[in-house]
Amino acid sequence: MIRCVRRSAAFSLLLLAALPVQAARVQLVDAGELDRNPANRRGAIARYAVPRGEILAGGRPVTGSRDTGQQLRFERVYREGPLYAPVTGFSSQTYGTTMVEDAEDAMLSGADPALASLPLWRDLSRSRPAGADVATTVEPAVQRAAFTGLGGRRGAAVAVDPSTGRILALVSSPSYDPGVLSGTGRAAREAWAELNARPTQPMLNRAIRQTYPPGSTFKIVTAAAALDAGVVTDADAPTGTPSPYVLPGTRTRLPDASPGCGDASLAYAIQWSCNTVLAHLGTRVGAEGMRQAVTRFGFNDPGLRVPSPVVPSNFDTDMSADQLALSSIGQFDTTATPLQMALVAAAVANGGELRRPYLVDRITSGNGTRTLAHGRRYAARRAMGPLTARLLRELMVRVVEQGTGAAAALPYATVGGKTGTAQHGLGNSGVPYAWFISWAQAHDSARPGVAVAVVVEDAEAVRGHISGGGDAAPIARAMMAAALTVPSPD
Amino acid sequence: MSAPTGTAAAPPSATGRPGRRGVELTLLTAAVLISVLGYVITGVTRTGSVPDDALRYGAGLGALALLAHLAVRLRAPCADPLPLPIAVLLNGLGLVLIHRLDLEPPGGNAAPAQLVWSTLGVGLFIAVVTVLRDHRTLQRYAYLSVAAALVLMTVPIFFPAVNGARIWIRAGGLSFQPGEFAKILLAVFFAAYLAANHHTLSVTGRRLHRRLGRLRLPAGRVLGPVVTIWLVSVGVLVLERDLGTSLLFFGLFVVMLYVATGRTGWIAVGLLLAAAGAVAAGTLEPHVHGRVEDWLNPFATIEAGQGPGQVAQSLFAFGAGGLLGTGLGLGHSALIGFAATSDFVLATAGEELGLVGLTAVLVLYALLVARGYGYALRLRDPFGRLLAVGLSAIVALQVFVIAGGVTGLIPLTGMAMPFLAQGGSSVVTNWIIVALLIRLSDSARRAGPAPRPAGAVRHGGPAALPGGAVR
Repeated sequence: MIRCVRRSAAFSLLLLAALPVQAARVQLVDAGELDRNPANRRGAIARYAVPRGEILAGGRPVTGSRDTGQQLRFERVYREGPLYAPVTGFSSQTYGTTMVEDAEDAMLSGADPALASLPLWRDLSRSRPAGADVATTVEPAVQRAAFTGLGGRRGAAVAVDPSTGRILALVSSPSYDPGVLSGTGRAAREAWAELNARPTQPMLNRAIRQTYPPGSTFKIVTAAAALDAGVVTDADAPTGTPSPYVLPGTRTRLPDASPGCGDASLAYAIQWSCNTVLAHLGTRVGAEGMRQAVTRFGFNDPGLRVPSPVVPSNFDTDMSADQLALSSIGQFDTTATPLQMALVAAAVANGGELRRPYLVDRITSGNGTRTLAHGRRYAARRAMGPLTARLLRELMVRVVEQGTGAAAALPYATVGGKTGTAQHGLGNSGVPYAWFISWAQAHDSARPGVAVAVVVEDAEAVRGHISGGGDAAPIARAMMAAALTVPSPD
Repeated sequence: MSAPTGTAAAPPSATGRPGRRGVELTLLTAAVLISVLGYVITGVTRTGSVPDDALRYGAGLGALALLAHLAVRLRAPCADPLPLPIAVLLNGLGLVLIHRLDLEPPGGNAAPAQLVWSTLGVGLFIAVVTVLRDHRTLQRYAYLSVAAALVLMTVPIFFPAVNGARIWIRAGGLSFQPGEFAKILLAVFFAAYLAANHHTLSVTGRRLHRRLGRLRLPAGRVLGPVVTIWLVSVGVLVLERDLGTSLLFFGLFVVMLYVATGRTGWIAVGLLLAAAGAVAAGTLEPHVHGRVEDWLNPFATIEAGQGPGQVAQSLFAFGAGGLLGTGLGLGHSALIGFAATSDFVLATAGEELGLVGLTAVLVLYALLVARGYGYALRLRDPFGRLLAVGLSAIVALQVFVIAGGVTGLIPLTGMAMPFLAQGGSSVVTNWIIVALLIRLSDSARRAGPAPRPAGAVRHGGPAALPGGAVR
């Protein structure tokens, strides 16, 4: 009996010994996989256990956090949500994150290893540091001017600082309040469904996630290409282009909306937006020359992030001569984001040097006491020669002073602009898009302080009278006025 | 040096073994302090301040421990000093874990109820230690025990099922799990029956053994009880949907039968019957079948888009604990749901105390089990020996089945972790088990180590009751 007692004791203890072995397997070997299982709520609980860092515009937070006392404790709230939605995006416990909320999520949520001052202690204590604050480059006055100017019409507006690439305003209209998506409840689900069902697509960020045919504003790019390539050496010399112009290889006649475009000079063609002259110039530069020029401006670049990804603006690389002609005046398959067209204006304003745009100025932790990261100051890229830039500046100023862009003029600043009216839709049946790109330099300043692009999708005007000058230019004017009154940080 | 005080208060037995009551008191103090510390830590991590009632809580637990200690000191002075502190520590830790889970929304109040049950448990512990002067008295009540056990086991069939298992009696506001008590009664019956019959059983066994592997079925008279018990446990399982209890009863009987007869054949027969029963239940009984499916693929419900099941949530909790745990009050094992304080309380220990803390808890159980087997080795009467084996096996099997279930080692069965889990009947029962172990250890230490028999165990010694007392 003694032997059997010993054996059964050994058996019992063997059973018990299997338990820590199995526990070690689960707790040490499988732990990582279990943590990563999407159904494991612990990640989400930890993520929302501390208030999220704030997103700042003009030094003031445009976000906040609300303690719900629920399992996912802190919920995002937004001050002036619709105004800043294209910048902040949303941070939803149900639908994830977008825009800066997404691009800087690790910093905002406190998960970034850089936030732990003592990493080993963090691993041991498993505490999560408070989220870092993200200061954006957005100037509230410029942002508000654009938002008010668009007034709920479909469209977008972007302002950048030409000499640094700081994005001063990023507006998409109509907008939405990201705060309604913050929680996990039924209200968030209903808001999500409702926002997605709206035909105006309020959650679409038209400033960086939507491309439009740029229309005549693209003529600045074509003109730069022609001047840089030496196709045009004297801007005031006749270009020998008939009006209307028969597209090469076809019988299609390209008309002009303005008078006097027949055999016009480049200067006249920019000032009065002659289609014929610039379509012809595009074919003379050639497909390869145009491709290189647009690439210098940033077209066809899928890698641009501000830090949210920007959809690439398109200029086809394989086209027939007539397609190239149309593309050169911003039609055919040429499409651009409002941000891209703001960069075109900025490159002209900045002497031909293109600064890479950025939206995040600084990331700080511990109530702004510790700076973790600075917004990138990328090396400038040359989009066109300095002489070309100087000439185009001159021509753009003429557009505002004497041409189609008069509505953008400011009394205390030099303003250069370019209007655009882009046909689109099947057989050009849609309401044309009204474009305006411009820059402004205060009279007392050494360099242009702001470059702007505005697009209005549903310009409220009778078809045929729609113009970038009428609908988009006043918005650009208001934005530039706001930008020039803001003291530059440099 | 506290041992001398212990021996002074409790005179050494005839064999000169010291009682070591001072060691017990020291360990009890440590157990109470650890529990109170856990309570304080939970309060600090959850609210940032020491709970107001920490002193009161500590005093309460300390008073219970002291009363139990006094009972042992007066009535079982030679008893092993380990079981009581282990029980107090596990019970205190259980109260901390249950209290900690109470703090999760929507906010429960299981801990106060558990404290009441623990008090009752300690009361019964004191009663058993005081009233039961000699464990052999129990041998007389073998058939009364089995009758009571069968009644207790069958009564819940007439009550509605709770969470799929028909193992509860509800009266007034109280619910009560009679199967818990039945296991002690069955252990008593098995020990008495086998002590009275093991001579016959082992003789048959030896003959079979000499025939070199030719297995002959034992006589029906001997086999009868095995089959009966097996059928009863499967019957309990089917009618009450209680996989755990039937497994426990069956395992308990096989272990005790093996110890009583020394025949490995019984183990084989037992395993065959168990396998047959398990396969039948696993395929035919939907409730059990679901448990087996959960065990084989705990993440199936996630893949089906229904969210994690309890076992998956339990594994998440263990995984989150890692080596050192999140710290008391900082885990999220409440995600497991309604059974977090009962069946899955070990997951909270795993998450918040880590593998280190969990192993410490398991070592406490292993110590209790090992000590119990130790008394079996020392006791000279077959009844006492078998009872010690049975009670130790009950603890070991329970811990294995429930801890193995929540860690995914074996299919989950609804059983309560001794002392740790919320559940009045369970806490009370386990306190009685510890009381019986204390009583057995007292006898064992008085008796001194058993002589090592060269061959068959000598029967009918002075410790054993006359054969036939049970029959």
